[in-house]
Amino acid sequence: MRKHLIFNFLLLTFAFLSLHSAAFAAPATSDELISHAKAYDGKPVTFAGEVIGDIMYRGAYAWVNINDGKSAIGVWIPGELAKKIQFTGSYRSIGDWAEITGVFHRACPEHGGDLDIHAQAIEKISPGRRKEEKFNNEKKNLALLLLGILGLVWILKLLK
Amino acid sequence: MILRPNVDDVKIIGYYLGRIILGLGLTMVIPVILGLCLGEVNPVLDFIISLEVTLIFGLLLTKICSTDKEMGWMHGMIVVSLSWLAATLAGALPLVLSGHWNSYLDACFDAMSGFATTGLTLVQNLDHLSYTHNLWRHLIMFIGGQGIVIVALSFLVKGGSGALKMYFGEGRDEKIMPNVINTSRFIWLVSIVFLVLGTLALGFVSLLNGMKPFNSFFHGACIFMAAFDTGGFAPQSQNILYYHSLPYEIITVIIMILGAINFKLHYHVWTGNRKEIIRNIETITLFVTVFITFFVVALGLAQTGVYPQALMLFRKGFYQLISGHTGTGYQTLYPSQFINDWNHLALVALVCAMGLGGAVCSTTGAIKMLRVGIIFKALIQDIKRIMMPEKAVVLQKMHHIKGIFLADKQVRAVFLITLAYLLLYGAGAMVGMWYGFPFLNSLFESTSAAANVGLSCGVTSASMPAGLKLTYIAQMWAGRLEFMSIFTLLGFFVAAVKGK
Repeated sequence: MRKHLIFNFLLLTFAFLSLHSAAFAAPATSDELISHAKAYDGKPVTFAGEVIGDIMYRGAYAWVNINDGKSAIGVWIPGELAKKIQFTGSYRSIGDWAEITGVFHRACPEHGGDLDIHAQAIEKISPGRRKEEKFNNEKKNLALLLLGILGLVWILKLLK
Repeated sequence: MILRPNVDDVKIIGYYLGRIILGLGLTMVIPVILGLCLGEVNPVLDFIISLEVTLIFGLLLTKICSTDKEMGWMHGMIVVSLSWLAATLAGALPLVLSGHWNSYLDACFDAMSGFATTGLTLVQNLDHLSYTHNLWRHLIMFIGGQGIVIVALSFLVKGGSGALKMYFGEGRDEKIMPNVINTSRFIWLVSIVFLVLGTLALGFVSLLNGMKPFNSFFHGACIFMAAFDTGGFAPQSQNILYYHSLPYEIITVIIMILGAINFKLHYHVWTGNRKEIIRNIETITLFVTVFITFFVVALGLAQTGVYPQALMLFRKGFYQLISGHTGTGYQTLYPSQFINDWNHLALVALVCAMGLGGAVCSTTGAIKMLRVGIIFKALIQDIKRIMMPEKAVVLQKMHHIKGIFLADKQVRAVFLITLAYLLLYGAGAMVGMWYGFPFLNSLFESTSAAANVGLSCGVTSASMPAGLKLTYIAQMWAGRLEFMSIFTLLGFFVAAVKGK
């Protein structure tokens, strides 16, 4: 009976530890990382999202900001790996969707206490692209209509 | 007996309101020019539509309410309070047309937040917003920081007693020069000079940080406008955390402090009276309150152990503290980190700093340093009165540009405004709690809104109840205008109903 209990206990512990490590291996969301920063601190994480804004090269490394749709997180990445990124998200373009693997810091000692990830690997999940701006005819028509009304009001204003 | 306002009163208010709306509409030409230069076609259409709507309303108001009657104090105060509402409604038009705000209410929230230089935001997908709209978000902070009426005073409204009444109605206690038009123009001169210097400084740092040249200077201009006017909007969703740069943080701290200083003090320093900086009651009070509140924040953060290195603790603690104290709202933390990583001691100190604010006649909100200094001096005076013989006359002196003896009437006015602010902070916190948010979160966000700060601990989001959004809009409005013009507006409505 006692042996059986010990076996069950060991089995449960193993299962718990497996689940725990699996949780950190699966891509984490920005919400999870920011809300449970203490639990993830110093641990390897995988984080995926759209690369946004500028890639800021600083010596042999670069800062890349990755937004998973909820929040953007700063990723400190070797410059060589950053060169894999072709598109970054802005008004004009949709950025590459990338998955990075690295060490998460709740308050990075190297970067003045910033919450960041030091990436060791980056994988492009889907490439970004330039966005074509479609001319909005409804807005154009509304603008023309309002221009006519504005002209009438202007004339009305000039009349004593 | 209350006198019912007559048609002439309404006409005077409508006429000047119309002129200010026209002035506001014309400021939309600036993003239109940028949009045309960058070929952002649809954003340009958003601004053309908004410009046309604003001009139509402005022209109609000035036509219908055309009058040559003199403006009284009541009219001036009401014009100011209504101007800010009109600016919010007009300023929100291009925002909602962009599709980056879930509703017109959300766009109004951001427009009021911008004009009142608060910095709380409900924008969606900010990282893909056009340059044109981003410029507008920051430009409204620049306009709001100088004062919407200041814009009109500088360019559209002729000088005279009407201008003076509107100037004071906009929450400014002091004139820098005898004429308010010249005062307004000096405020613009200071702001434009600093705009050029600040944009260049931030732009070059961004270039060195690896940003693209255009983005470096565009972000530099936007960040300057929002920092100097103690606003807090940023072109990217991560706010200042986006830049990952200590020099950038240092420059923004300097700009935030410059924005929190009295324009009158700027004038005296510009004209060679540099000693005023160390003698002025406002700068002394600011130094003392920053020191005390930062000491408590540091104690709290040291307790948590979240920042194990002293330099790290200073960088994170001091940045958020200065940002909160000056009423800017720039963050190098995610909102939920305030709740998860900071303890109550640090948060309460930050809330106190937000509630105190910067100098009068600056771009900050909140109680303000002159009032805090006067309260402290009044306390010393009362202690002296108790300790001195009964018949002794106790005079309390302070230095604010010149030596001033503290008068009981002045102390009473200071206490009334301070009490109004404290009630406003508390009322907003109660509304937050009514919607189910914890006490400290509610107090933090309410103080941030009412003191026009913009730091967020996560309560402000597009999904928060509409009632809370309206509460924060009202708080931002009342906090920015320092109550009097809003009380006058309420009095006007009461008189219209109950007057004879």
